[in-house]
Amino acid sequence: MAIIERPTTAGGVELAPPATPTRAQGGFKRPVSTTGWKSWLFTVDHKKLGIMYGVMAMFFFVLGGIEAVLIRLQLAAPEGKVLSASVYNQMFTMHATTMVFLFVMPMAAAFANYFIPLQIGARDVAFPRMNAFGFWCILGGGIFINLSWFFGGAADGGWFMYAPNSGPIFSPSHGVDFWSLGLQIAGIASLTGAINLIVTVLNMRAPGMSLMKMPVFTWLQLVVQFLLLFAVPVITVALFLLSFQRNFGATFFDVSAGADPLLWQHLFWIFGHPEVYILILPSFGIISEVLPVFAKKPLFGYPFVVFSGAAIGFVGWGVWAHHMFASGLGPVSVAVFSISTMAIAIPTGVKIVNWTLTLWGGKLRFTAAMHFAVGLIVLFTIGGLSGVTHSVAPSDTQQTDTYYIVAHFHYVLFGGAVFGLFSGFYYWWPKMFGKTLNEKLGKANFWLMVIGMNMTFGPMHILGLQGQPRRMYQWTEARAGEGFFNLAFWNRIASIGSLVLSLGILLFIINVIKTARSKERAPLDPWDARTLEWMTSSPPKEHNFDVIPTVHHLDEFFHRKYEQDPVTHEYKQIATAEEILADQEAHADKHIHMPSPSYWPIVLASTLPIITIGVIYSIPVAIVGGIFLVLAMFGWALEPSTAPETDFDPPASGDSTKELAPLV
Amino acid sequence: MSDVAVHEADHGTHGHTTSTGLSNNKVAMWLFLGSECLLFGGLISTYMLYRGRVSIGPRPGNVFDIPFTSVSSFILLMSSLTMVLAVSAAQNRDDRGTTLWLTVTALLGATFVGGQVYEFTAMYNEGLGFTTSLFGSSFYTLTGFHGVHVTVGIIMLMSLVGIIKRSTVPGDKAEVVELIGLYWHFVDVIWIVIFTLVYLIPA
Repeated sequence: MAIIERPTTAGGVELAPPATPTRAQGGFKRPVSTTGWKSWLFTVDHKKLGIMYGVMAMFFFVLGGIEAVLIRLQLAAPEGKVLSASVYNQMFTMHATTMVFLFVMPMAAAFANYFIPLQIGARDVAFPRMNAFGFWCILGGGIFINLSWFFGGAADGGWFMYAPNSGPIFSPSHGVDFWSLGLQIAGIASLTGAINLIVTVLNMRAPGMSLMKMPVFTWLQLVVQFLLLFAVPVITVALFLLSFQRNFGATFFDVSAGADPLLWQHLFWIFGHPEVYILILPSFGIISEVLPVFAKKPLFGYPFVVFSGAAIGFVGWGVWAHHMFASGLGPVSVAVFSISTMAIAIPTGVKIVNWTLTLWGGKLRFTAAMHFAVGLIVLFTIGGLSGVTHSVAPSDTQQTDTYYIVAHFHYVLFGGAVFGLFSGFYYWWPKMFGKTLNEKLGKANFWLMVIGMNMTFGPMHILGLQGQPRRMYQWTEARAGEGFFNLAFWNRIASIGSLVLSLGILLFIINVIKTARSKERAPLDPWDARTLEWMTSSPPKEHNFDVIPTVHHLDEFFHRKYEQDPVTHEYKQIATAEEILADQEAHADKHIHMPSPSYWPIVLASTLPIITIGVIYSIPVAIVGGIFLVLAMFGWALEPSTAPETDFDPPASGDSTKELAPLV
Repeated sequence: MSDVAVHEADHGTHGHTTSTGLSNNKVAMWLFLGSECLLFGGLISTYMLYRGRVSIGPRPGNVFDIPFTSVSSFILLMSSLTMVLAVSAAQNRDDRGTTLWLTVTALLGATFVGGQVYEFTAMYNEGLGFTTSLFGSSFYTLTGFHGVHVTVGIIMLMSLVGIIKRSTVPGDKAEVVELIGLYWHFVDVIWIVIFTLVYLIPA
């Protein structure tokens, strides 16, 4: 809640004073619940929103996983009968859409929301209501896209939805409409989130934290937010063109009217390739935090990791056409994009080298988080190497639209992005919930996922090079070939692998439930961590830090715990996490003003699906939704983001040191 | 968008200055405008690709009334001048001057949008519908998006006049005027690009 006036007897539990809004500004009186579902629905707290992003992403991860298993079951036997051809098309389209837009992106946003303010020593993000608005948008967009299953079938054009396949002739159901409009809503979440987090990182760093003292996770997230800022509007244009064509009869992708189908491909991949880095860089950031902690060494070459991350961000804009080598771009374009694609492997390689050298000579502790981090290095490298084979255009022409591509991007996205996120789960769980995930189950989870993913996606290299086309709905025994290259055998292995993989993820869910039920509290600093988020209680207080820390070093928290001996150059411990926390609590700020909860984010976000449903079915509904949207914007604009002091009970009469009775 | 950003004033910094010295709102507005560049970049590219593609219906040269659009473009550019006067008045804490110049800016903007409506109607009557040809689809989409941006700007200007009169501007009033001014100038600059590429350079 909004104003926290701490009892002068410091060190106790933080409790907000009761608050009674005296007047309504912008339509509603403010929500005041501090517990129960209302405290979540109307929250603007970056930590609660981070958890909500995470829960949502996990739900869609399971959903996308079920879709993946159905795909593999269909391909497990010759002439599979699990799915019809039409449902199969919808299944792989929605599997990819769900995993990219509704799992990896929001899960990365969950970590960004939760940990960026903590890592830079801030009390919240720059625009807390906009943060809440973003969450409700992506949730609304995700639900909206999936509603299509119940309204005549989901989108079926593949996740890149090439024209003219996406047109009304080849995709007559409303699936593509739901898809494009739902992604449009989710895009708003990415855009507002990007602006919010960039401003937060640039403007709200703790005193002394220069850009080159920022934790790597925050750095790479900053790069990601810039990529989102500039990539999202491009897909927005593409989706508008598609919607205008499907819903209002425009001719953008109508070849009979002279349209160029490559327009969509260019717009999509100008967004789509930065998107790939949007998916992977957060995980790079996570393991750049995890590896130094469990190697008990600072990250090797911190500036190189930061600048290579920024370099990936820049070069990522100049490689999009390598997705289009088979579309007849002409030799000059192909050569240029081929070279730029090879070039982008360099900054990525720099990172791999830095991580490996961070491990070199370290006192390694193989926790579950460390397992996943090392897993990422290995699996991502495999995926990266097959990626380099795509950059060679003649070779790529053979691989285009085969399972080799499927193998490649699952190694980088599953072996890379997802492993990084799991590393983050195990590393940060004690910080977020005050309880450590079970390590034994965590390692079992890891090994099942490693074995499962290599069984599933490894054989796809062989399948692809043997010519099995991507998105093929059935295979026949008669054409499966013989010997080592028998397609039937490798398809079966891949299908079994997907079940092993699912088992691994099931173990994770079991682990979460088990941990939630256990009474055992995690130590304050279970991993001997290095960055600021570990300098507060677990889970962190609502206002994050009792005192905003002044930063003197990269890895500030480590340097508060350890001091270098001037003679032997060895670090010895001078303080424990508990002592540092107690010291902060003793000197806590007396008057902390936090942003207040608001109804407006969820109200404003809920007008968007009304508009999009209207666009598909009836324009008057869209107009009504649009009116609500404008009204909600006015309500939002007129409500101050932080409640005036008169809104608090008892009213703060200017005496900021006054003691308030704790509310129990 | 800017309405969203404008009022999340100084929380979190609470008595401290920001790390960059710029206000959160101003950085956010610049970022948003950066993002808008890419939006218009995509739309303009689409138009440039499709402007010559006419299988039926009028071609670009047949429907444009360049003297008329030049006048309405001039009016829009003049609104940038009045916007500057509004920002200057707001920085001098001159509420009357601020509301006056904001209103004039909005009126000039409305004249431009009115001109656009007239132009669209005239083109439609000459046989160029939204679905007629690739040229029609991409022309109306590009200029329509710009027109919507101007309209949103007008709504923001008029809302600002309203809340200045009721003295309920949250945060720094001069900065709120300045931020909406940034948006307004951006929309004008985009129009210069569109006017040049769409109207002045022959297809």
